[in-house]
Amino acid sequence: MPAKGWFIMLSLIVALLLNLIPLTGTARTLQPDFVALVMLYWYVNEPQRVGISMAFWMGLLMDLSNASTFGQHALGYSVMAFMALVFNRRMGIFEGYKQAPQIGLVLLSGQIVTLLAALIAGSPFPGWNFFLGSIVGTLLWPLLSAILRAPQKLWSASDAR
Amino acid sequence: MIEISPRFFRHSPSLLARTAFFVILSLLLMTLDSRSKYLGGVREIFSVIVYPLQKLAQVPLSMYASASELFQHSEIAEENARLKQQHLVDKGQLLRLRALEAENTQLRKLLNATQRIKNKVTVAEILRVPHDPFNRKVLLDKGSMSGIEAGQAVVDDIGVVGQVTRNYPLASEVTLLTDRDHSVPVQVVRNGLRSIISGTGREGGLELRYMAINTDIREGDVLVTSGIDGVYPPGLPVAVVSQIDRNPNYIFARITCTPAAGVNQNRQLLILSTPAPRTGTPAEAAKMKSPQEAKRQ
Repeated sequence: MPAKGWFIMLSLIVALLLNLIPLTGTARTLQPDFVALVMLYWYVNEPQRVGISMAFWMGLLMDLSNASTFGQHALGYSVMAFMALVFNRRMGIFEGYKQAPQIGLVLLSGQIVTLLAALIAGSPFPGWNFFLGSIVGTLLWPLLSAILRAPQKLWSASDAR
Repeated sequence: MIEISPRFFRHSPSLLARTAFFVILSLLLMTLDSRSKYLGGVREIFSVIVYPLQKLAQVPLSMYASASELFQHSEIAEENARLKQQHLVDKGQLLRLRALEAENTQLRKLLNATQRIKNKVTVAEILRVPHDPFNRKVLLDKGSMSGIEAGQAVVDDIGVVGQVTRNYPLASEVTLLTDRDHSVPVQVVRNGLRSIISGTGREGGLELRYMAINTDIREGDVLVTSGIDGVYPPGLPVAVVSQIDRNPNYIFARITCTPAAGVNQNRQLLILSTPAPRTGTPAEAAKMKSPQEAKRQ
C-alpha cells in the first residue's frame, strides 16, 4: 500500500531536525545528510508520491538553515532525485543492504554537483573529508530503510485484519 | 492493495525536463543570491519556518548540558574557586585599566581628540554552526527584533569573531573572520603598521595579502583592529602572525595568521552596536589622527 502523505512529511521534518543538531569535531565531519537519505528512500520506494519539486524545496530549507548560497543544496538534491528516479526500476531488484552501493553512488553524485557549483563560485576545495558524510550515509541506508518501512508494515497488517 | 493504474498517455513533462527545470531554477537562485540582494525577503520567510526547527534541534544538547551540570557539583566548586582567583587577578588589572582610562581621557582632552565611542553590547548564543564547508558562518539567536543589524561586529572574550551579514527577525547570520569573503582592517601592535587581513575559507586560516617582502612584520606579531572601517572598534585583537614565507620570486610575502578569538569554540558571543562613523573625508581623518601616528607617516 502507498505510504501516507503525512508520514512522508513527518519523516522529512525529523530528517531536517537530525541535520540541524549542532555537532562539533569528528561527529560533524561524519554527520550524514539525513534529509538526502530520507528523500532517496521515498524516491526509490514511492516514486509516484513524490516529485522533484520536493527535493528542490527541501534543498532551499537546507540552504537557509546552513546559511549557504540559496540554491546550492537545491541543485544537489534535484540531481539526486533525478538519479534516484532513474535508478528506481533497478533498485526494485535489490533488497535491503544490497541497495546501499547504488545509494552511495547517488549521494556522492549529489555532493559532487554541489562541490562543482561551489568551486565555480570561487570557494576553495574543502578537503576529502567532505565526502565522508556520504559514506556514512551509505552505511546507514539499510538501517534507515528498515526504520521507515516498519510503520508501513504495521499499518498494512492492521488494514488486512 | 491499491494500484495506481498507469495512464495510457502521459501528459506531464518528462523526468529529464522536470529535472532540467529545477536545476536551472537552482542555478538562477545561486546567481541571484550571490550577485544581488533581491532574495532577502524570501530568505526571511524561510527563516521563520526553519527557526522553530533549529530551536528544537538544540533541545537534546541543552538538556544534556543541564543534566551534566546537575551531576558536576564538585567540578562547579572547583571552577568557582578558580573563577574567584581569576576575578581577583582581573580586578587588579581592571583597577590599573581604570587608572589608564582616566589618564587617557585626560590626555585626549588635552590633545582635543575625539572621545572613543563606547559600544553597546548584546549577548547572543550560537544557534547553529552550519554543516557547510564552503562558507564560514554561524547563526545567532538574536535578530532584528533585538535590534541586531547587518554590519555589526561580533566578538568573544578574546577578540574579533566576525560580522553580522544578514539579519532575520529572530536570528542573525555571522560571517566568521575565516570566511574567504571577509576582510578586517588591522594594525600591527608592535609598530603600528596598517594592513587588511582576509579569511582563506579554511578552518583557522587568515592571511595578510599584498604585503611587500621587506615589510617589517615578524612571526608572533599581534594584529588588532585599526578601526578605520567604522565597523570594528579599534584595538580589538584579531590574529597572531603564525608563518611568514618570504620567497624572493614573488613581489608579496605570504603571511599566514591564526585568529586570536576562539572562532569555533564559543557558545556565547557579543554583538557590538555599530559606532557612528568617526571619520568623514580623508582630510578630516588626517586632522583626527593622533600626533604620534601622524609623525610616523
